[in-house]
Amino acid sequence: MAVASSDTAIRTGRVTRTFLYLVLLLFALFYMLPLYVMLVNSVKPLSEITGGGMMSLPQTWTVEPWTKAWNTAQIGVESTGLAPYFWNSIKMVVPAVAISTILGALNGYVLTKWRFKYDTILFGLMLFACFIPFQMVLIPMATVLGKLGLAGTTTGLVLVHVVYGIGFSTLYFRNYYAAFPTELVRAAQIDGAGFFQIFWRILLPSSGPITVVCVIWQFTNIWNDFLFGASFAAGNAQPMTVALNNLVQSSTGVKEYNVHFAGAILAALPTLLVYIVAGRYFVRGLMAGSVKG
Amino acid sequence: MGFLDIDNATKSYGAVEVLHKVDISVEEGEFLVLVGPSGCGKSTLLNMIAGLEEITSGEIRIKDAVMNGVHPSKRNIAMVFQSYALYPNMSVGQNITFGLEMHGTPKDDREKALADVSKLLQIEQLLDRKPGQLSGGQRQRVAMGRALVRNPDVFLFDEPLSNLDAKLRVDMRTEIKKLHQKLGTTIVYVTHDQIEALTLSTRIAVMNGGYVQQLGTPKEIYDNPANLFVATFMGSPSMNLLDVKVRANGNAIFADTTNGAGEKVSLTFTNPSETLKSYDGTTITLGIRPEAITDPEGADHRSTHVEKVENTVTVTEPAGSDTFVTTTFGGKDCIARMRADTEAKAGQRVPFAINMEKAVAFDPKSEARIG
Repeated sequence: MAVASSDTAIRTGRVTRTFLYLVLLLFALFYMLPLYVMLVNSVKPLSEITGGGMMSLPQTWTVEPWTKAWNTAQIGVESTGLAPYFWNSIKMVVPAVAISTILGALNGYVLTKWRFKYDTILFGLMLFACFIPFQMVLIPMATVLGKLGLAGTTTGLVLVHVVYGIGFSTLYFRNYYAAFPTELVRAAQIDGAGFFQIFWRILLPSSGPITVVCVIWQFTNIWNDFLFGASFAAGNAQPMTVALNNLVQSSTGVKEYNVHFAGAILAALPTLLVYIVAGRYFVRGLMAGSVKG
Repeated sequence: MGFLDIDNATKSYGAVEVLHKVDISVEEGEFLVLVGPSGCGKSTLLNMIAGLEEITSGEIRIKDAVMNGVHPSKRNIAMVFQSYALYPNMSVGQNITFGLEMHGTPKDDREKALADVSKLLQIEQLLDRKPGQLSGGQRQRVAMGRALVRNPDVFLFDEPLSNLDAKLRVDMRTEIKKLHQKLGTTIVYVTHDQIEALTLSTRIAVMNGGYVQQLGTPKEIYDNPANLFVATFMGSPSMNLLDVKVRANGNAIFADTTNGAGEKVSLTFTNPSETLKSYDGTTITLGIRPEAITDPEGADHRSTHVEKVENTVTVTEPAGSDTFVTTTFGGKDCIARMRADTEAKAGQRVPFAINMEKAVAFDPKSEARIG
């Protein structure tokens, strides 16, 4: 058999091809436009924006909107900038992601390798948690947090996000471990490894891709969450998203669009960074198990 | 008391009993093969010995210690799985010593045990590789190494060769047998391959439908099958089963049938039992192995009772070392194993030599052996 070459393939005409690339380029530009507007306007003085030059490049370049958004902008009643709220978000998102991922992995391990009666029903119930709208739990959750003495604190927010996150992280890990050979667990049992040793030494080292998926998913969701942040965190404990809202929605003084744009980019940066660093594992992890390796 | 005792062990899942009162006693150094078709309960029984499945009733004892409810790691057993179950994230060396590590063996002893085992199995050059980088045969060796290194009382093998290609399977079969002869360990081995069972074992338990159909040495199983299931399951090509009519004439008992041309054929039973006499006038199933039907030149000269019958050849299948010749008795196909250079051709009428010493009779209703 001769190797198939492009000569024998159906040829796409030069014109068609050019047209194709043009359309693609157009769409790409269209999708990039908001980012362009945000970037450009965050580095020009306010006067240039109010002067009507929203699409044009800045005449005088300045980083002042960025430093102002970060350090001195008026958030609510205080002019602290977004910085403290950024750290609030970090303090919330890191433990919440870590705890929900670890619990999800443990749940997945138990639900697939230590089967017990009614385990599928239990898993179904956990899965159900993924579909409950946030708004439904606001009041009961507020009551619970109040009773626990965690109302208005970052710890309280961590708890809320962990509880909500377990549904998804369990789903990810359960499906991943379902494809993990049970014979390996049995071999380890005969070798004398205990419950946690099997998890730690056998399963976890093979869970790289799904851990990345879970971390990205949880990180993005928790970082971007506004409703829980606005409902359960008071004053100094508010996360970045709520602070950004307060910055943009402030009804006093002049609307500093350039500062708002800079603040919005700052709020989006961490999730962007996570995608760039771990993105290629994300696709790989989502595909894991779907194709025989 | 044996070395490994399976005493009336049963296994039920809910109301369904899948293993019915299995009773096997294995001596030290024995190679017991559990053989049977899929779903016969052989793997379940192995898992019960390993402690991976609970025992519903009855007892399993190793060295007279009751194993019911004892954790797999505390039974001093080792198991080789069908998929080898090598830990993908560990190197070959770590795979082999993982069990020792979990049992708290000091590092120096682990290193020494690893060196011994890898030398025995000739896998010294593979110790730093990951299982993913090994071929099927190498993985098989590593899996055996992992079992050997613990120096267990009983080795359990769960269809260890079924993932290998045909040639490698035969090679590894010989290796396992050599290893058993060298180390003299007690082995329980599960397979669905009757050739593996016959070649490897010192004793075979043929299982079907959750029952042990017959327990015995390979020769007993092959020559004296207890029932029709064992007779047809063991041996390839499988045993010929002919419908014959029993006719008693004084002390002699005949099996009457017809050849391909419709002519009457009467075979005499060798040393018929009293039970067989009571079947006078009824139709029974006569089992004859293909190698007990040959061309007259190839007949077993030590046999005291060979019957010659002329019959028409329907098909010949040359298989290199032998030629399988198909004919019909009583309208049923019957395979004879002839010499490779036999001149029998399809459609010809040729003499067949039937070694009646090897013929066995079965009750067609109960499927049990007669006599």
